Amino acid sequence: MSARDEIFASIRRSLAVGPVDAPRRDAVAARLAQAPVGIVPRRGQGEAAERLATFRSEAERVQTTVAEVAAAAAVPAKIAGYLRENNLPATLRFGDDNRLADMPWGATALEIARGPSEGDDLNAVSAAFAAVAETGTLALVSGPDNPTTLNFLPDNHFVVLFAEDLVADMESVFAKLRLACGSGALPRTVNFITGPSRSADIEQTLLLGAHGPRRLHVMVVKGRS
Amino acid sequence: MSVASTTPRFKDNVHDALNDQRLQGALPHARNFIGRRADAAARLPEFDALRDSARAIKDHTLAHLDLYLEAYERKVVEAGGHVHYARDSDEAVAIILGVCKARDARVVTKGKSMVSEEIGLNAALEREGIVAVETDLGEYVIQLRGEAPSHIIAPAIHVTRDDIEADFRRLHRDLPPDRDLSRPEQLLGEARAILRDRFLSADVGLTGANFLVAETGTSIIVTNEGNGDLTQTLPKVHIVLASLEKITPTLNDVAQILRVLGRSATGQDMSVYTTLSTGPRRAGDPDGPEEYHVVLLDNGRSATLGGPFAEMLRCIRCGACMNHCPVYHAVGGHAYGWVYPGPMGAVLTPLLIGVAEGGQLPNASTFCGRCEAVCPMRIPLPKLMRRWREREFERRLSPPLARAGLRLWAFFAKRPALYRLAVEPTMRALGLIGRRRGRFAWLPLAGGWTRGRDFAAPQGATFQSRWRAKSGAVK
Repeated sequence: MSARDEIFASIRRSLAVGPVDAPRRDAVAARLAQAPVGIVPRRGQGEAAERLATFRSEAERVQTTVAEVAAAAAVPAKIAGYLRENNLPATLRFGDDNRLADMPWGATALEIARGPSEGDDLNAVSAAFAAVAETGTLALVSGPDNPTTLNFLPDNHFVVLFAEDLVADMESVFAKLRLACGSGALPRTVNFITGPSRSADIEQTLLLGAHGPRRLHVMVVKGRS
Repeated sequence: MSVASTTPRFKDNVHDALNDQRLQGALPHARNFIGRRADAAARLPEFDALRDSARAIKDHTLAHLDLYLEAYERKVVEAGGHVHYARDSDEAVAIILGVCKARDARVVTKGKSMVSEEIGLNAALEREGIVAVETDLGEYVIQLRGEAPSHIIAPAIHVTRDDIEADFRRLHRDLPPDRDLSRPEQLLGEARAILRDRFLSADVGLTGANFLVAETGTSIIVTNEGNGDLTQTLPKVHIVLASLEKITPTLNDVAQILRVLGRSATGQDMSVYTTLSTGPRRAGDPDGPEEYHVVLLDNGRSATLGGPFAEMLRCIRCGACMNHCPVYHAVGGHAYGWVYPGPMGAVLTPLLIGVAEGGQLPNASTFCGRCEAVCPMRIPLPKLMRRWREREFERRLSPPLARAGLRLWAFFAKRPALYRLAVEPTMRALGLIGRRRGRFAWLPLAGGWTRGRDFAAPQGATFQSRWRAKSGAVK
């Protein structure tokens, strides 16, 4: 008997069930198809303005910095200004996302690189798939538009969040993913990011920038994308 | 064979831990978790309702585990991944070695995985000439020290900053010996730089999983550092090693459990990185692994379902039970002698390595009940430990002196008049002698107790005599 068969037999023996048991199969199929939503905290709910205020305060609690811009066209100058103010090199990498590519980068002195990171980039910008007001969390998905390596290898990670993608809770992000990818399917990687990388492994002292970014700066674009 | 234990020598381990000044200096850090968890729970009005929801999800899943496993497996394969089944540690190790050898792997980076500790993976890889690199900062530190984790989420909590500096100076020999490492940031920076090279050169990345999602065939890891993400993004092969009970039906079910996981573990509403991985990289993806393997480990878990210890399978490895355990606070995690310490370890260890070898751990509890009070999955840990104690007694595995003591106590307990006659004068006498200081630093026949701590002086009257007096007054 293969390991697989033996493990399934052992589970069914312990549960005192057989392999064909229609009510059990129906219960499982129903839960998988319906994906019932459980208890959702009130914290993230509310109108758009309220959600944005909650997102902002929750994100700032975990050392994310948040700026608001009126339109996408304002993002390059904002990033250039942030880098200058923090005394950081004027370089930036991003993927194929048209919402980023169409921004007026030429109006800044930023040295732009494109595609995934090889590990020696200081700064990168990604566009978020969604964000969660309840916990100040960003959701990013893998693919050529926003390569996953950009979320982790650079020291300073900028994330552009279009205000219409800010939802109340994780369940709403999953609903959005089901719409985008089809039910029961996901991209290779979905990253939920809540603050810059950190570790408390040295005597429980909180340190930022353990392996991932030391700084996480979100720019919320309030106008239509 | 699972990794070897020193659990049968538990009493000696405890003795050593209590006398280890360095360890006793490091252990108070574990108490920081208590306030953080309490604050996070207090900030979320729905917290206790979410605990009930999380428990119900896990109970439902375990009752249908075979069917959710089938659904999960189908989805992983649909996404282009491979699912491997391992009955025990040896099989899991063999599967992982097979995947590594097929790719001629020389370096394997690892995200934090307690199951990899359970199966003794690092030693097995090294025997085959494959370098295993722990990348979680705490795990990296203890790998340098040749130690095992002493906590399931803070593996190096028994190590001080000074220890880490000494280890880095001893083992990072390519760096200038006069470099400044006095601040924790500098230690972190050094480890980050060294591990960054390892991430980029690894052939295989191995992670554990907090959840395996049947709805989508997804593995999920929950971390703070980002090391797990670099581990599962950069190498050509991503191996997920997880035990069967990590199966969760849907993404919405995961969202319920996530809301209690971070808060119970570190007091965070959400850990920094919650990452969903589904299959290998897709056509057109510029990064991510080319191969995706899941190794599902049983190691006795399937036999635990439906039995007296089945509730233990709800455990989500948050560490809250040990963070709140007075025994863990006193002796640390290594004294428990195997992979899983604290109250969850005391219940799980006899299940995984047998009551003959692990049976002492369920005795390492004062039954204060804090572990059950904080467990996000509402596992009745004291009840399960008591169940092990009963088995240990039934199988005559407990020491003769303890058995004789229990028999003596039972003799008196069954004869209430005799019991009162023996106990009341003794308590009166002890209460009288101890009245001034309120405690005893030494008592005849109680050296085992008083060597490590004081014995509180009785107040004089026994519970029974006060009860009699009180009910008399009421009448």
